[in-house]
Amino acid sequence: MESAMAAVLEQARAHGARKVHRIVIRVGALSGVEPEALQFAFEIVARDTAAEGAELVIDTVPAVARCPDCELEFEASSGFIFACPRCSRLSGDLRKGRELELSQIEMS
Amino acid sequence: MSRETESVPPAEDFDTFAVKPMDGRPSAVWRTHSDGTSHAPVAADDRPALQRIDLQLPILDKNDRLAARNRAFFRSRGIAALNLVSSPGSGKTALLERTLDELGRTAKCAVVVGDLETDNDAQRLRRSHAPVAQITTGTACHLDAEMVARGVEALDLEGVRILFIENVGNLVCPASFDLGEAVRVVLLSTTEGEDKPLKYPPIFKSAHVVLMTKIDVAEVLGFDRAAAARNIRAIAPQARLIELSARTGEGMGAWYEFLRSQTGGAPR
Repeated sequence: MESAMAAVLEQARAHGARKVHRIVIRVGALSGVEPEALQFAFEIVARDTAAEGAELVIDTVPAVARCPDCELEFEASSGFIFACPRCSRLSGDLRKGRELELSQIEMS
Repeated sequence: MSRETESVPPAEDFDTFAVKPMDGRPSAVWRTHSDGTSHAPVAADDRPALQRIDLQLPILDKNDRLAARNRAFFRSRGIAALNLVSSPGSGKTALLERTLDELGRTAKCAVVVGDLETDNDAQRLRRSHAPVAQITTGTACHLDAEMVARGVEALDLEGVRILFIENVGNLVCPASFDLGEAVRVVLLSTTEGEDKPLKYPPIFKSAHVVLMTKIDVAEVLGFDRAAAARNIRAIAPQARLIELSARTGEGMGAWYEFLRSQTGGAPR
């Protein structure tokens, strides 16, 4: 969260903003990041910065895997085994779900 | 809001102008910078108006940055770096001892080995005359990219083609710490449960290679190799599975073949 906050404050500075109002972070379902822990850490690292009191929105990205056989892209919602719903083939090809990125900042 | 009705001053850093209404606000002239970000005109009192920028900026923590640096360093020297991860006691050091003895004769290897305490593993591995650096992590349950960079600094890498990074025995935390390796190798020994990949999926998920070790004692332990292989494939269909015994040498050929295939990169 400290690196996320550093990136937010850097963007704020670069855009001449003094106050950050809202931050959107995209978190992949398999990124290993716990949204609740992120919220909690956010409040601590935002203290005494331009982002204090800002709203943190966590945009969860579902895990999407691609079948190596039929090339279907499917939502991998049942844990760590990605089985293609069409042909049952197991996939190790995760296309989405590992993201941890800053996607939007509102500031003034 | 009066800020938004302010006329646009002739500023040089704005290359285009666009109308981009925000929720509940009247349309205003928004400025789009050359980097794709945009914001509303600056207010008369010189305070900036509300700006909304859209980005896709990966949040990298310090370890990710240092791992990227390690990776670039290994690549530039043509070194294949492998991160070996497993539970304590699954045979990482025994595997490396034999590998250094045998493969080490034709491809120069070096090792960075992590443990909480002692340099016992480094002493065992040094018998092969390969450069070995021991990292004692104290209380940390994994190696991180910075520790590896420090360990590597202590090594003479002249002519080294393969760097083995023997991680602290732990199947949980090392999954989250990229060390800058090209290949992540996860070991599952026959003295463990066949269902370990199902119980600790993230580390197996991240593996390029899974080694089933100590297969020489599988039978006496009643270890079901086929069931273990099924579990590994379910979690890590992307990984190459090699079954071997560092004691008898069974399966070691496939392991060496894999390692040789990783040493193609010539030093730049």
